[in-house]
Amino acid sequence: MKPYAIEFKNVWFSYERTEVLRDISFSLSQGEFLGIIGPNGGGKTTLLKLMLGLLKPEKGEIRILGQEPNDASHRVGYVPQNTDFSQAFPISVMEVALMGRLSRARIGKRYSQEDREKVRNVLEKVGMWEYRLRPIGKLSGGQRQRVFIARALATDPEILFLDEPAASVDPEFQTDLYDFLKELNKTVTIVVITHDIGVVSSHMKSIGCVNKHFIFHEGGQITQEMIDMAYQCPVDLIAHGLPHRVLALHEEE
Amino acid sequence: MWEALQFEFMRNALMAGVLVSIVCGVLGTLVVVNRIVFISGGIAHAAYGGIGIALYTGLPPVIGAASFSLAVSMVMGAASLKSKQRADTIIGVMWALGMALGIILIERTPGYNVDVMSYLFGSILSVPRLDIWYMASLDLVVLLVIVLFYKEFIAMSYDEEFSFVVGMPVRLLYFILLAMISLSIVIIIRVVGLILVIALLTIPPYIAEKYTTSLGRMMVLSCILSIIFTLTGLWVSYRFDLTSGATIIMVAGLAFFVSMGIDSIFSAKKRV
Repeated sequence: MKPYAIEFKNVWFSYERTEVLRDISFSLSQGEFLGIIGPNGGGKTTLLKLMLGLLKPEKGEIRILGQEPNDASHRVGYVPQNTDFSQAFPISVMEVALMGRLSRARIGKRYSQEDREKVRNVLEKVGMWEYRLRPIGKLSGGQRQRVFIARALATDPEILFLDEPAASVDPEFQTDLYDFLKELNKTVTIVVITHDIGVVSSHMKSIGCVNKHFIFHEGGQITQEMIDMAYQCPVDLIAHGLPHRVLALHEEE
Repeated sequence: MWEALQFEFMRNALMAGVLVSIVCGVLGTLVVVNRIVFISGGIAHAAYGGIGIALYTGLPPVIGAASFSLAVSMVMGAASLKSKQRADTIIGVMWALGMALGIILIERTPGYNVDVMSYLFGSILSVPRLDIWYMASLDLVVLLVIVLFYKEFIAMSYDEEFSFVVGMPVRLLYFILLAMISLSIVIIIRVVGLILVIALLTIPPYIAEKYTTSLGRMMVLSCILSIIFTLTGLWVSYRFDLTSGATIIMVAGLAFFVSMGIDSIFSAKKRV
């Protein structure tokens, strides 16, 4: 059997003394398309950083494709939430996308022709090839987002993580983006953090809701109940801070 | 001007100026884009402690300053990674402690007759041959490291988090960068003194950043600007009998404000 794409076993995490994630356990199969929703400060980005190995759990165990997160680093792609850092940095679209071809095994070597071909391919996919020589700081938020998606794809990931990919994107590209991800999902496991519950219900195969606890729905198709949950979950959490209500609903089914 | 070249000290000064400008352009670019100006200032000032130790114990000052600032840079680097919130305070404390140590040790050195001012403000006109060799080998090492790990340094500087996620040894690269900076600071002190090091590390890259679209070009333009500032400053100081280190910085500072002025004129025009 294929190892799980993501596996959490009783994972806890705190910043200083503030508990952020409490006793999280779940496993996500390969080929899934997981949407993670939840209120601001609920721990969505922390959860993602744990999966990427950027943070270490306080307690518990995390496996990515059956490996330690840091060992699986060359098998995952990552699109950060903020893409507007270092606007003045002198770097072209091409160079940013090429970063996706970095690997530990080839430190100290130049990018190969194959790397450049691959990057051309992904930049064309996101429609940014003709901008390849532009400085990244001169692009619009949406264009920059596309470049960062291309960079993540250039790593040839088995799992693609995206943190709020639609945050700085024009509405038109947002629709394109999810159609694009859906297509990509035929070969790649995708994990998306998002605020957009509508998108979750229409595009994603499974839904996780995080607010210190993690409630997870895995399943083939989206049921009415899941849509209800997707809509209710963050609303309830923000309004009453009662994540257990959702859990209760889930257990009743 | 040309008759000055008959003197060996003038030829040494020119060579020192060019060699130092090359490390300043290359490493200064990384200092500016990685926003480690403060830590570089800390290393430069703490290096005075190393000079004090060297004079007190009779070691060559270059060796003393180099090893001490190397050690200091590693501690500062570790502090900046460990407690991001208070890193600036820790660096500030070490900055002052290093200088204090240097002042006390130099004062206690029996019968010292070194011109202490030359460490504070530089003395490009009295660079010995030996230091030229040290500068040349350091230039070579720095250029080699940067050429070899160019794409890794770009990645680390632009997006540290992503670089870490794809398995780059970002911490190691960061410490290598700090080590190169601390060793270079020792030779930059020769030219402009430890108080003025920061100006030569940051002004050329700051100007260059605005006119370049890649880190490599920014480095090259910074080197060229740095050479222009150093040699112009040297000439002005020779012609008008001014302190060389301070004159070099005045030239660089003037260029800094001219470039800012040009920018504001251009951006005002754009808005209209």
